[in-house]
Amino acid sequence: MALDESRVPGITDGERIRLLEAMVRIRVTDTRLLNMQRQGRIGFYGTATGEEASVIGSFAGVRDTDWVLPALRQGGGLIYRGFPLELYIAQCIGNGMDILKGRQMPVHAASRKHHVVSWSSVIGTQLTHATGVAMAAKIKGDDTVVLGFLGDGATSAAEFHVGLNFAAVYEAPVVFLCQNNQWAISVPFSRQSGSASVAEKAEAYGMPGERVDGNDVFAVMGAVREAAGRARDGGGPTLIECLTYRQMGHSSSDDPTRYRDPEEVEEWKRRDPIDRMLTHLVARGLWSPEQTAPLEARINAEVGAAIRIAEAAEPLTADDVFTDIYADVPWNLKEQAEAVRGRKAGDRDWEGAFPL
Amino acid sequence: MATSTILGAVNDALKTALAKDDRVVILGEDVGKTGGVFRATDGLQAEFSERRVFDTPLAEGGIIGTAIGMALYGLRPIPEIQFLDFIYPAFDQVVSEAAKFRYRSGGEYTCPMVIRAPCGGGIKGGHYHSQSSEAYFAHTPGLKIVMPTTPADTKGLLLSAIEDEDPVLFLEPKRIYHKKFKEEVPDGWYTVPLGKAAVRNEGTDVSVISWGAMVHVALEAAKKAREKDISVEVLDLRSISPLDVAAVLETVRNTGRVVIAYEAPRTGGFGAEIAAIIAERAIEVLEAPIARVAGFDTPFPYTLEHVYLPDAGRILNAIDHVVNF
Repeated sequence: MALDESRVPGITDGERIRLLEAMVRIRVTDTRLLNMQRQGRIGFYGTATGEEASVIGSFAGVRDTDWVLPALRQGGGLIYRGFPLELYIAQCIGNGMDILKGRQMPVHAASRKHHVVSWSSVIGTQLTHATGVAMAAKIKGDDTVVLGFLGDGATSAAEFHVGLNFAAVYEAPVVFLCQNNQWAISVPFSRQSGSASVAEKAEAYGMPGERVDGNDVFAVMGAVREAAGRARDGGGPTLIECLTYRQMGHSSSDDPTRYRDPEEVEEWKRRDPIDRMLTHLVARGLWSPEQTAPLEARINAEVGAAIRIAEAAEPLTADDVFTDIYADVPWNLKEQAEAVRGRKAGDRDWEGAFPL
Repeated sequence: MATSTILGAVNDALKTALAKDDRVVILGEDVGKTGGVFRATDGLQAEFSERRVFDTPLAEGGIIGTAIGMALYGLRPIPEIQFLDFIYPAFDQVVSEAAKFRYRSGGEYTCPMVIRAPCGGGIKGGHYHSQSSEAYFAHTPGLKIVMPTTPADTKGLLLSAIEDEDPVLFLEPKRIYHKKFKEEVPDGWYTVPLGKAAVRNEGTDVSVISWGAMVHVALEAAKKAREKDISVEVLDLRSISPLDVAAVLETVRNTGRVVIAYEAPRTGGFGAEIAAIIAERAIEVLEAPIARVAGFDTPFPYTLEHVYLPDAGRILNAIDHVVNF
């Protein structure tokens, strides 16, 4: 299926190649990190395999200074904004290089510098935050736009309703981006909603809603760019549904063969977003199939180097349990931290690397 | 300096903060044009515009969730939950989001905000307008909890909470909003530190440790005890979190006898934590078992709230019990 380049008028050849590279970088990083999980080197992992166009298209449709409230599968967007790969990997390891200090499970990276906020794991909670950030930007008179991600499962959560409702009432500059990968762990979209689509829900809230081909990076980028432009011009929120597919399990802890037809997976693999981008680039004369393996090899080497750097980092110390609860340190935390510090080395069975 | 009620002091603090700090915004159900169902935000929208003081749709999770977003972006939101009883739809946003941003992001993102909520019984509100659920929140690392009991403290504590870099749950015992509890409140900006208890009545025989509206009931009990030559020290915690453990232990060491008085259901209430701390750190000075006077382990009743709510008589009975042990 051809990509809809009419959605991104004026896109340069260089930008097209950059989008491809960004998607391949996610695919390769996910593959390596899932392998690391299988080897016991990290505790958990969830890939974005099959959804790379939705992630990269969305980030490419906004400015790098716009705020992002991610869900589970948008780590690749953070990397696209320049977050160093070794820091992304260190977050998955949870060692002393992790800027989140080992406080979160893998695949929960965040960075203030990159305007990507920390996600909790509780489905949908970030949607009211996205609206709140957008309301604040509007109150302050900034031209910041907010991108709030969700999956199809989150459309059932109370926060979906509340987040969209508040956004519409205040005409907040936020774009809700639903990566409808059709499966919330083992539950298909038909069991999440009686609606025919996610996008149609927008109408009831009084905002534009659009379903796009989530495996077409141009369609996603174009839709997000239009919605973000409208939000920046005071036009309020938009709900975009990227129809895509989760090719792998929900996470490293999931076995999708228990609940879905392998033929369905094969069908969607034939619509793989990276393959479609490669076909597009070849048709345009910007790429030849022989270039693909070297590109993957180059990125694989980058990821390998980043893994070596991240794995060589110092472990966290027990003290890292006790910081960042409050700006100041109340007596009970001081006391508890001192108690841990005072234990003899032999007693410290929890000390060392983040337990995997 | 003018005399003011607790409610007036809340309004004064909010006005003072709005005037001083552009980052402060107020949001909640009915806080705008009508000034809140208790009138805590009366006149603020007219003075500071709808941009900074605004009504929200009727969804507590949305009030707290959007306030979190505003705090992340650099504002100082002061969301109001109309009654503490209505906060549970936002419980997740308070305990798992607002209170956890600093920690889970390694300090990348913080959530300075003050959640104001009228709490407690005594106004004939039934179960859904009367609860004291501070203990649920006291179990939450990353959250501070304040409960003022006097007008001057209310303003100073609220301004401290607004200055604070972390989320604060500011619980206003609505029963003592009443004009009966008026006092002089200083003008302008001043703060009363969070985490510092106050001795409301000095005494030598027994300590009553309390918070919220129950402090005033404890003072009434102390007055009655004096008629029987029992000298009662009343300690007002003012903050549940952080807790002023030094003040708790000091009063216990002064008297050797302890009554803990609170409005919430007895079992698992914050009084249990106070009792545990005293047992762990000062058991050697205790002359009698620690006594708790609290609400019953029932939902909060409408018609019979006077049966549920601890009164001076019940506190006095406990005082007698520990003094004569």
